[in-house]
Amino acid sequence: MRSTDSRQRHAGQAADQLPRLLPADSGTEPAGLAEHLARYGPLRSAGLNRQRREALIDEVDRSGLTGRGGAGFPAARKLAAVAAGHAPIVVANGTEGEPASSKDKVLLARSPQLVLDGAVLAAEIVGASQAVIVVHHSVREIVDAAAAERAKAGADRVRIRVMTAADRFVAGEASAVVHWIEDGVPAPTRKPPRISERGLGGRPTLVHNVETLAHLALIGRYGASWFRAVGTAEEPGSMLVTILGAVNQPCVCEIAIGTSLAETLSLAGGTSAPPQALLLGGYYGSWADAAAAETLPFSSESLAVLGAGTGAGLIAALPQDACGLVETARVVRYLADESARQCGPCLFGLDAIAGELQRLAEGRTSDLGLLRRWLGQVDGRGACSHPDGVVGLVRSALDVFKPELGQHAHGWCRATRAANVLPVPPRRQP
Amino acid sequence: MSVAAAGSQGLWFVSRASGLVLLVLFSVVVVLGVAARTGAAPRHWPRFVFVELHRTLALFLIAFLALHVITAILDPYVSIGWAATVLPFMSGYRTLAIGLGTLAVDLGGAVLLTSVARRRLGFRAWRAVHWLAYLAWPAAFAHSLTAGNDLGIWWVVAIEWGCAAAVAIAVLARLIAGVGHDSGSSTPAGQPSAAFERVTDRERTHR
Amino acid sequence: MTAGTRLLVDPIACDGRGLCAEILPELITLDDWGFPIIRDGDVPGPLTAEAREAVRVCPKLALRLESSSKASSRP
Repeated sequence: MRSTDSRQRHAGQAADQLPRLLPADSGTEPAGLAEHLARYGPLRSAGLNRQRREALIDEVDRSGLTGRGGAGFPAARKLAAVAAGHAPIVVANGTEGEPASSKDKVLLARSPQLVLDGAVLAAEIVGASQAVIVVHHSVREIVDAAAAERAKAGADRVRIRVMTAADRFVAGEASAVVHWIEDGVPAPTRKPPRISERGLGGRPTLVHNVETLAHLALIGRYGASWFRAVGTAEEPGSMLVTILGAVNQPCVCEIAIGTSLAETLSLAGGTSAPPQALLLGGYYGSWADAAAAETLPFSSESLAVLGAGTGAGLIAALPQDACGLVETARVVRYLADESARQCGPCLFGLDAIAGELQRLAEGRTSDLGLLRRWLGQVDGRGACSHPDGVVGLVRSALDVFKPELGQHAHGWCRATRAANVLPVPPRRQP
Repeated sequence: MSVAAAGSQGLWFVSRASGLVLLVLFSVVVVLGVAARTGAAPRHWPRFVFVELHRTLALFLIAFLALHVITAILDPYVSIGWAATVLPFMSGYRTLAIGLGTLAVDLGGAVLLTSVARRRLGFRAWRAVHWLAYLAWPAAFAHSLTAGNDLGIWWVVAIEWGCAAAVAIAVLARLIAGVGHDSGSSTPAGQPSAAFERVTDRERTHR
Repeated sequence: MTAGTRLLVDPIACDGRGLCAEILPELITLDDWGFPIIRDGDVPGPLTAEAREAVRVCPKLALRLESSSKASSRP
């Protein structure tokens, strides 16, 4: 799988051409196997040769591909860790428990074959004979059909199993996906052991976001240099982003990492009026002042100055007629309810934080000192990063929406709109 | 009285006395176990004291048990036999009564052994066996009522009643703590329920 | 340099019973809901015995002592 000039000339996808993962047209149908192969060319299987598998891991390492599920862990390192184990298995994670994020669903709905390519390639790299792909119920049929098409063509040496994801927020966490597949319980599990060592059925398990696998499938075809042709030096490649809120055409778009936020927002038809703030990354992400953020490149390195990152690729624009505190309080109530209820600090702490934030949002007397105390007590004290993510979100809200804190303390709120901006599913009854 | 008879009397006396001590110890161990589990706010003693005492007295129990069993078997005037130490209802003498004692030893022994190997067994297996303590005590109590002849002595009866009352109250407290605070909905912030474990268990097994 | 030991809690197993905080108040405080917050870093030598006792006494087997040279338990 060497990246040679001759291969790039034959490649169906020029290095600097976007989109890479999504079809160029704005249709709604998934690309069938034939259409997929016509666009990208064939993906030669890695074969069982250890040398070739290691060479591929090196190629992925050189590409600088990092996880697109939100954590941003180097893909090559995960591949190497699992490849070192005995009888590994691959899990393609398309759960996308974030209600605001749609990129994985859209990717699976439009380019399922690319994701399956990546899952199969990952399996061959680590020496797994099976790949389980866990997808949102809305795209289950499409992925089933895509897998069936491949089985009929008989090209894969890896067995593909399609499963529907659980409908919970934390169900997308890596160990929760494994737990879901194994026992039907979408709750994170204790670490140690790491799932790369002991995961599904006690085997070394590679869990990758479906977008990461899609990128992998292209690196397998065109090589590391091709992958790095867009993006930044530290964060190479392209990524899918979900843009919603105060934009004219909410969408899932593919951008080169490092594209300015202003340009990225224009892909969604721009904003009719300048937003006051942006939620970046996801519900585990951070709020940022819109004016300060729009000039910045959309990359974790650049956004770090605002305490934000690219996360799971969410960009939510908060319009002028909304209140960031009210929106955040609603999201945090949802996140607290979505606790897997396994760890005390998460179950009780997030509930307390959500309650206090609710009081703040409603303009009732609230104790900011107590809220900050609880944020400190909850951070990092669960078996997964759910409490950490919520703490980050709340802290950024308290920072960016400081004026609103004062307004609410004086009994008034800037929000004049009735509709919510950030999507939150209806509260489930216990 | 001949030396042999005196010796037998001595053995029998030690067996009865140690049996009584055992009953008191066992009852205290059960009460301490429940106190460790259900005690909300520790009043004068921190909770770990209950746990440590529970553990220490249980180990102490073994010593008295050995005394109780060996003296009873060695006593030539009653035919119990060594098999009856672990196999219930093998005794020629008062088969049912002794058998209940053996049952208590078997069940209590399982609890003890699993507690010693707790870390290796894991919490769930350990706890499942530990519930057997609630069967072991009634067996021991029934044994204490039927295996000896001392219920004519007023203070023996007082001890029996006292132990029964203490354990009954403890079991009641355990039941109340188990079913109290139980709700499927989110617990109000501030005070986690003593049944936190139950709430999460239900969530986990709910499929 | 000899590797130290760290005291770690399994937050899933932990029920907030609080016995550990009673035995080792120097290293363990309870949060507002009764769950242990363990101080970062190695267990100081003089407290090793108490740390072992806390591990033993925990009714849920939620505590463990780990060599500090081991990689962090959270990936």
